Amino acid sequence: MFRKPETVGWKLIAALIAAPTLLPLTASLGSFTRLDAELWSHLSEYVLPQVLPTTLILLFGVSLGVSLLGTALAVLVTLFEFPGRRFFSWALLLPLAMPAYVLATVFVGSLDYAGGVATFLREHGVMLPELRNTFGAAIVLIAALYPYVYLVVRSSLATQGARVLEAARGMGLTPAQAVLRVALPLSAPAILGGTLLAAMETLADFGTVAAFNVDTLTSAIYKAWFALFSVDAALQLAGVLLIVVVVLLMLQNRVHAARRTTQSGPPAMRLRLAPIGAALAVLACTLVLLLCFAAPALQLVIWSARHLADVNAQLLGSATNSVLLGVIAALLIAFLAVMLGYAARRSSSRTVQWATRTATLGYALPGALLAVGLFVPMAALVRHVNEALGWSLLLQGGLVLMLLAYAVRFTAVAHAPVQAGLSRIKPSLDEAARLAGITGVAQIVRVHLPLLRPGLAAACALVFVDVMKEMPITLMTRPFGWDTLAVRIFELTSEGEWQRAALPAIAIVIAGLVPVWWLVRHLDDGIAGARDIRGSST
Amino acid sequence: MRAGYGAHTVLHALSLRLAPGTVGCLLGPSGCGKTTALRAIAGFEPIGAGRILGDDMVLTDAGHIVPPEKRGIGMVFQDLALMPHLDVASNVAFGLHRQPRAERDARVAELLELVGLAGSAKAYPHQLSGGQQQRVALARALAPKPRLILLDEPFSSLDVELRERLSQDVRAILLHEKTTALLVTHSQFEAFAMADVIGVMRSGHLHQWDTAYNLYHRPADRFVADFVGEGRLLPGTRRADGAVEMELGVLRAHAEIPPPGPVEVLLRPDDVVHDDSSAVQATVTARAFRGAEFLYSLRLDSGREVLSLVPSHHDHAIGCRIGIRLDVEHLIAFAI
Repeated sequence: MFRKPETVGWKLIAALIAAPTLLPLTASLGSFTRLDAELWSHLSEYVLPQVLPTTLILLFGVSLGVSLLGTALAVLVTLFEFPGRRFFSWALLLPLAMPAYVLATVFVGSLDYAGGVATFLREHGVMLPELRNTFGAAIVLIAALYPYVYLVVRSSLATQGARVLEAARGMGLTPAQAVLRVALPLSAPAILGGTLLAAMETLADFGTVAAFNVDTLTSAIYKAWFALFSVDAALQLAGVLLIVVVVLLMLQNRVHAARRTTQSGPPAMRLRLAPIGAALAVLACTLVLLLCFAAPALQLVIWSARHLADVNAQLLGSATNSVLLGVIAALLIAFLAVMLGYAARRSSSRTVQWATRTATLGYALPGALLAVGLFVPMAALVRHVNEALGWSLLLQGGLVLMLLAYAVRFTAVAHAPVQAGLSRIKPSLDEAARLAGITGVAQIVRVHLPLLRPGLAAACALVFVDVMKEMPITLMTRPFGWDTLAVRIFELTSEGEWQRAALPAIAIVIAGLVPVWWLVRHLDDGIAGARDIRGSST
Repeated sequence: MRAGYGAHTVLHALSLRLAPGTVGCLLGPSGCGKTTALRAIAGFEPIGAGRILGDDMVLTDAGHIVPPEKRGIGMVFQDLALMPHLDVASNVAFGLHRQPRAERDARVAELLELVGLAGSAKAYPHQLSGGQQQRVALARALAPKPRLILLDEPFSSLDVELRERLSQDVRAILLHEKTTALLVTHSQFEAFAMADVIGVMRSGHLHQWDTAYNLYHRPADRFVADFVGEGRLLPGTRRADGAVEMELGVLRAHAEIPPPGPVEVLLRPDDVVHDDSSAVQATVTARAFRGAEFLYSLRLDSGREVLSLVPSHHDHAIGCRIGIRLDVEHLIAFAI
């Protein structure tokens, strides 16, 4: 009957939060419209023919690997019963705490020619094949990213798998037939969805491929910018990367459309495995856990102990920077997510819906793309402002660009738990408070904040950890000489100092355990989806 | 009042008056506009035309709304809207934040006693049963002694048995507090159990605003006759002398019925009496055992159906032919 005047303000706020996501998109796509012929011929002749096949092979290999490994493990722990099943059910998520680049550091450091494991094997007459190549990088990425698939398939099967399986067996299918013909087709959207998330992470990965000396689109962007000092070339490559991202997003959209409704109900009986099968299941789960988490963690501890003398002012400074950056980003991004949530609550307009979808799309944009895609337009803006007003603002060396890039990439991470918190504040609570004479700020303090607190805490913790782990954005946009733990790891590994990278790495792994712990607690209450735990490697 | 969203009108010329201290009810199928009316009265929705008055003071008219918190209204929401982070006592005290502490505590204790939750003051809403949560919501709404309390489908989340018991308890509590109340429901049993005056609504129209007795025995139109209680319409002819002729006999009529011509007569199950000596016979087509009575569906020789309530020691099988006669106290007839 009439339009509430304040919705205009909320539309504006939502649009402003979404705008930074569009900036790198338009910048990198726009670079195709101003194609520098000389630059493009260089890129298309010397860079893309190398980089593009490697990127696609890696993408395909990792997708295949995570979907097989993740699905197999999920089927095992949800549909079958064997000793230790409950333990493995959550422990198999632990690799999420270890960013892929940390795993890569351990892998390369211990299997490299001079590495401990390699030396030991060589003394016993076993020569390892060369592993610092695309194949090795793919193995590490699979080990780090399989939990994305595992998590989604696990929850899809946990809600309905065992019951449907019972029904299928009641109709005369053998257990194997029931799994293949009923359970797996049922989870196909979940498998695809989890695989696509892992694929996006692969595309965004920078640290792992750098450690393996493999050139992909992300590392090419970094090299173009910081080795060839050509921001234009970097932006052009970001445009190519964006095309691959868009393809993945379109696939994801279709998977979402095909997602089946899940029925909930009491869990059905799991199928008890015969002794031999049970032993194989335990062996498989133990092996995965050992190779993807336990052994690398142990190696990190051993190396750290050996280099405790490295704990100096420089390292502590990096740690302080990491924490500081994480806290600032967490508070800022949680605030943005809350504003976005309120906008959606106060106004159901298309503008707000569209802005929310755009702002939460940033998780799909690789950090390298964001760094260059935000730098170029922001640098142009600063130049214009300086010229117009006679100022001398500097962009690189400020935290603004860095925080902006984090905000684009991690708003989705904060959005999910904040939204879950906001949905607890039913409209009738607002009305009840109003009838009780509690309005405005008092309503926010007395009704909203207490209910929002768990969601806000989760959002802050998740963003904090993601920012701590984040590598390419931090590396490319940090103020000169300003190190974080992730940057230290990159610098040490690029100098071949694998063992000395263990100390900063262990700090990151410990921080990374926080969201895993949160996830395990909420494993079966439906809040935790794969999108909430994003980011195990960047 | 008239109200709606955009071009869609939800309420057409709704008009009603609730005397102080009485319990009113808007009864109707879902989507009839009853909740919109309630929210307009609470001040949450604007109205397109008309006025809402409280104690002869204008609360809402077409261009002006007294905000909800200034109306002196309490509300029990359909989803109860209890604050999940506050315990029972704090929930009840929620609307009393401007009162001195001692006064507030006394009022909370008094209300918890009244709704039978004195022992649960420190419990949190999720630790209570559905019925207990219901009582907390009622106590919270009553706490500031509102002039009017609004109840929006208050029992919709409860099971049937609990509803019956609770609706009687709630009526007793409302009478004890001497509050004026307006209830919205789609269940006529709740309406009958709680309200002094009931308005039957459909598609935004108020069909009748009357006592339960009159809604049942003197329905204003076919919709009310059909919606409230059970019964069947049977064709007949209104004669010039005032009597109505129909296949089950001739009925004497009072003044309120339509002019001479073809009519439809409403026959409630208690209007059709089982009588073995009657010449009129009908075939049992269905029966429902209700303890003290059977509700029989009977097919007349014309093929039309009537319902009959018969003491349950008259046990007739389906297909039996039994004698019936009419025993109509108030003849209800509608012109065709």
